[in-house]
Amino acid sequence: MLSAPLNIGFDYTRSLGPVLGRFMAGLRDRRVLGSRSADGRIHVPPLEYDPATHAPLTDLVEVASTGTVLSWTWTDHPLEGQPLDRPFGWALIRLDGADTAMLHAVDAGTRDRMQTGMRVHIRWSPERTGHIRDIECFEPGSAAPVPPSADTGEPVTIMTTPIRLSYTHTTSTDESRYLRALAEGRLLGQRCPVCHKVYVPPRVCPADGVPTEEEVPVRDHGTVTTFCVVNVPFPGQRLDPPYVVAQILLDGADIPIPHFVIGDAGQVRMGMRVAAVWRPPEDWTTTPENIVHFRPTGEPDAPYESFEEHL
Amino acid sequence: MSTPRVAVVGFAQAPNLASAGTTSGVETLVPVFRQALANAGLDRRDVDFWCSGSSDYLAGRAFSFVNAVDAIGAYPPICESHVEMDAAWAFYEAYVKILAGEAETALVYGFGKSSAGLLRRVLALQLDPYVVAPLWPDSVSVAALQARLALDAGIITEKAMAEVAARSRADAADNPYAQVRGPVDTDAPYLADPLRVHDCAPVSDGAAALVLASGDCALAAPQRAWITGVAHRIDPQGLGERDLTTVPSATAAAEAAGLPDDLDVAELHAPFTHQELLLRAALGLRDRVRINPSGGALCGNPMFSAGLARIGAAAEQVMSGRARRALGHATSGPALQQNLICVLDAETHEAEGREAE
Repeated sequence: MLSAPLNIGFDYTRSLGPVLGRFMAGLRDRRVLGSRSADGRIHVPPLEYDPATHAPLTDLVEVASTGTVLSWTWTDHPLEGQPLDRPFGWALIRLDGADTAMLHAVDAGTRDRMQTGMRVHIRWSPERTGHIRDIECFEPGSAAPVPPSADTGEPVTIMTTPIRLSYTHTTSTDESRYLRALAEGRLLGQRCPVCHKVYVPPRVCPADGVPTEEEVPVRDHGTVTTFCVVNVPFPGQRLDPPYVVAQILLDGADIPIPHFVIGDAGQVRMGMRVAAVWRPPEDWTTTPENIVHFRPTGEPDAPYESFEEHL
Repeated sequence: MSTPRVAVVGFAQAPNLASAGTTSGVETLVPVFRQALANAGLDRRDVDFWCSGSSDYLAGRAFSFVNAVDAIGAYPPICESHVEMDAAWAFYEAYVKILAGEAETALVYGFGKSSAGLLRRVLALQLDPYVVAPLWPDSVSVAALQARLALDAGIITEKAMAEVAARSRADAADNPYAQVRGPVDTDAPYLADPLRVHDCAPVSDGAAALVLASGDCALAAPQRAWITGVAHRIDPQGLGERDLTTVPSATAAAEAAGLPDDLDVAELHAPFTHQELLLRAALGLRDRVRINPSGGALCGNPMFSAGLARIGAAAEQVMSGRARRALGHATSGPALQQNLICVLDAETHEAEGREAE
């Protein structure tokens, strides 16, 4: 079976609201704020609503930048995105003045220096933007507190968190055969043993729920069943708009594939006959990108009845 | 209108493997559906409602569950739903659907290729998105923080944790679907102090399907395990906001579901050894209750189907006659945050007054 790396990345941008906004603004100014619930407990990180009465919590109070480790573990091999890139401890830390614990990293150097009940203090990030990462990590000991910087008064309303994830995408045996045939310039379909429809690319028959088995060669000529004109630009776009994306029913297949139609775009219509335009053979690999786009062939249009079942 | 009685009438699962199948999981589901329906004596067109649990974060792409519908054969059109949770919660939706009289039969399935990404890093994204997830704490480290709290409090011991691992691996020897079997090395290095390799569930690819039926449909099935109570509860999200050495949501769910004190078997969804010990205490399980005869999640933990598989394994105990009353439990979220209790019985009785009945 074929597999390939699949790396995805996106940024979560989150509105903070009145409580977390003030908490993040506090971090930017080297202050830690907790919220006081009706029972008098101070929650750090702050809760937005009282866990017992469900009333909004608006009373924010400053707590210390020193605290006590309630529980800990040790990471020998930090993962991407974690606060430190050398071995470190994770800990639940109750800051002095708070009644609840927060999770963060402790730059203890070695596992031996971690223990329940140890005293720690915040190491502030030199660049602070109003984000939980403004706390770079904690360090062992109760060092003299760094004085808070002047309250800039600028509210913090949004936080951005980049997400980067890496996967290995794995295809099925049938998809792998399809992709290997593409690398040889061939299009391969598979026929459902129950309804006898031919699927390109192969898939478990969505009507019958059974794997397709019999291989069927499919021609790289086909018919436009329906289409749209793309006028809107978007990130990652490969062609300059306007251009045509069409559903193309390949000759011998029972399910259309989406692709570009280039050339005579203004004339693209349902029933138009088209043919695949391939990359040069020396560039063929196991990818659908071997077909760059489709072009009109100039043949007479296919009659509507020939594709009405495939719309 | 009287409340229908509902039973589990079929269960099937794919082998739990370290790496298997495609990212979409479609071809893994086809034989699992076939087997579950055969066990239930039903055709796929007899199924009134389909409900699944899976996650785009496992597949690395949006709407990944739509692919899986191919495995159903959704023609003519079907009635279908999905939860982005363990399929035990899809089971809950299907169960309520049947109780509401909107279906007589349902097939519930969960699937996922846990090995496609780095699972313990992916799972950081289920944490609070403002103050925790941006630090990327991995799932094993979060569990380790809970284990140390329980050890420091004297609630559990490392020896008891190792015994859980040893019993699970011994039981898994008879489970052809298990991924991990064999002896425990109590001196194995820490994965995340105080958790050693045997304290942590493996990363597993897999899938499972459970068939539900009510009334006459259930009576017509070759075998059945009646559901006499189901409930789920959740604890606060903040890891520092709750006492991680107790599991109030499991206790509350057990009470709401009417967990009986004469259980024969409990299948607990505990991906870490210390979590089984905490759950046994939270549920008040006596020593005579047989825990995880399947080997449990410690011997195979396919994300999004392992919880459903606990209900399936408990139902199999009842359907085979090995147990009269069984518990299927599922958990979701970090450090046993959310818990579902399903009570199964060889007979139907005294179901009134229970939650969701």
